[in-house]
Amino acid sequence: MNSSLALSSATFIYALASVFYIGSFAFKKQFLARLGFIILVLGFFDNTVGIILRWIESYQMGYGHAPFANMYESLVFFSWTVAILYIFVELKYKESIIGVFATPLIFLAIAYASLSPDINSKITPLIPALKSNWLIAHVIACFLGYAGFAVAFGFSIMYFVKPGTTNTTSIFAKLPSLDLIDELTYQMVVFGFLFLTIGIITGAVWANSAWGTYWSWDPKETWSLNTWIVYAIFMHLRMMRGWYGKNLAWVSIIGFMAVIFTYFGVNFLLSGLHSYA
Amino acid sequence: MKKNQTIPETIWQFFCSVKLAVYMLVLLAGSSIIGTIVLQNGTPAQYIREYGESFYNLIKVFNIDDMYHAWWFLGLLVILCLNIVVCSIDRLSTTWKIIFPKKFKFNPERFRKLKNLERFIANKETSSMSKDVERFLSKTVGRVIKEETQTGMILYAETGRWTRMGVYFVHLSLLLLLIGALIGSIFGFKADMNLDEGATSNTAFMSKKRVPIQLEFSVRCNDFDVKFYDTGAPEEFTSNLTIIENGKESFTKDIRVNHPLRYKGINIFQSSYGSGQPDSVVFDIIRQSDKSVITRTVKVGDEIELPEDQGLFKLEGFLPHFDFRGNNLGAAFIGRITQKGGKDVQVALPIKFPTFDKMRKGAFAFVVKEFKEKYYTGLQITKDPGIWYVYSGFILMIIGCWITFFMSHQSFFVEIEKNTDNSSNISISGTTNRNNQGMKLKIQKIVTKLKDI
Repeated sequence: MNSSLALSSATFIYALASVFYIGSFAFKKQFLARLGFIILVLGFFDNTVGIILRWIESYQMGYGHAPFANMYESLVFFSWTVAILYIFVELKYKESIIGVFATPLIFLAIAYASLSPDINSKITPLIPALKSNWLIAHVIACFLGYAGFAVAFGFSIMYFVKPGTTNTTSIFAKLPSLDLIDELTYQMVVFGFLFLTIGIITGAVWANSAWGTYWSWDPKETWSLNTWIVYAIFMHLRMMRGWYGKNLAWVSIIGFMAVIFTYFGVNFLLSGLHSYA
Repeated sequence: MKKNQTIPETIWQFFCSVKLAVYMLVLLAGSSIIGTIVLQNGTPAQYIREYGESFYNLIKVFNIDDMYHAWWFLGLLVILCLNIVVCSIDRLSTTWKIIFPKKFKFNPERFRKLKNLERFIANKETSSMSKDVERFLSKTVGRVIKEETQTGMILYAETGRWTRMGVYFVHLSLLLLLIGALIGSIFGFKADMNLDEGATSNTAFMSKKRVPIQLEFSVRCNDFDVKFYDTGAPEEFTSNLTIIENGKESFTKDIRVNHPLRYKGINIFQSSYGSGQPDSVVFDIIRQSDKSVITRTVKVGDEIELPEDQGLFKLEGFLPHFDFRGNNLGAAFIGRITQKGGKDVQVALPIKFPTFDKMRKGAFAFVVKEFKEKYYTGLQITKDPGIWYVYSGFILMIIGCWITFFMSHQSFFVEIEKNTDNSSNISISGTTNRNNQGMKLKIQKIVTKLKDI
């Protein structure tokens, strides 16, 4: 058993979980969603094992660092954080149908990591700037933030597929009430916002100990600030201006686009300090 | 503008709207994208090549080549600050009255009409039930207020009134960050200093403008060391530095990336390194006619006499990147041979190409046999007296977000009504300033707990 076997099998298990969730939605069969949840939890364990093995392997290779050092590792960890957050939400709110909108994200991230030719899955040594205890805190906080926004995005999509008047024979009838979707989206955004805040702050403190400046308007920093601003706008619109429903869902979708650009766009299109991940 | 409003009132109204805050945030986010696309702090030539003359003028007018310090960007930040201050003052007066009310009271009628009201019948008489409820509420919520009614008893308890301040903490933290950044940019600096091993200096150069800055003390680099992975990437680089004050050695410390030295408000960071000039080199001097070898050690700047009266060889210096007809041949030593009769030839001796000097077709060819590699260390030197404002802003922001998102002001109301048969009717409801869904669940939980008592 090695990490790459564990992680590629996790990719397929996540794919299976998504298929079951989508099947349960399409054929209105609750037991398929139950099965999907069990498979999802299995995939999550496999994913966890893969990350731990990779950590151990990096020590065996003599590099010895947490597996958060390149694009491949960050995508694998992204899947992990979205999976754990979604599992938590399903257990707490007992609404399995929303998995239709969350599980594909988990699968897509890890599949992209495993299958894309642009992404190198080799364990590489850390450059001196990344050797810091802040690495783990910074990466975990940022990715919990991203995961919160990803799940919020999945929930926001529901506004656009759920028809206003509920037709009991429609496959959308099973979706939770709009009030609950609104509450869930808000809870996920709050979670993401708190962790993105912590992520940006730990990054700033780290930059100050590595380069002597806590903020240098590097593209990654600027885009993460932009993401933070979009979600700050979301909060103000909801709490102070009474926005809800589709209008607010649009803000959440725009916010997630900003997350995606911060994560991928900056690395592939713009150059800066954060070129590693 | 509304009638009967003075101009200051209008200005106040303008700055205390949430709409303005949203617009300012949109503008800040939108405009800051420009700086991630257009090159920052480039030379005029770079902009002209990329965008042409006419766009370059536009870039100059709006300072887009350094947009995060441009007047209009700072202007947006100032408006946002005013907005936050005015908004907070405006709302704080209301919040303050809620947090510290002159007279503490609650309205039972309001609680009786709440949607989350739950009812059940307890098999206890009112007085003993009210004691149980009071004990429960004072343990799980806080101080209990009791009132007798015509039909029985009402109890009220609340918690977390102060959490309404959370959002003000977040806004205050933003102001602290901006104040810290302002102090840093006025009284602080960011500069570079490159030191050869063994060299001492007290002068650094500002990172952008290249203006020299004198430090209160001198820095000497005793030693620099770089380790590589087997992949060739650098693993760690370390400088051993001594701080010298008034001609006396103060202390010595190792610094490496992520582990800076801080002294008297000045921070010294390990930021880069490069090849510096070695002290001396050992050369093999090969006579081309019979390939016999003479080995000589030459110090940089020194001159030696060539055998057989062939003239003098002076070791002039070291180039980290020697360019030969457009090819970078890597590090090389540069020397000069002065032949009898005054003819001068410059010789380049690339380290990686030992046969290079043979092509000169002289009587003797020089080969670099060995030398102790020397480095210079690239230090970044910064001073930022605003950092403590920024760090306290960071801490306050996390605490403020936590309070705002996860804590709330909650009030609970329990009414106990006498029944004729020694049992009592209990109704429970509660209010919160946040997360009504959660309150509903909490009321249901309290019901199951009270049933068990």
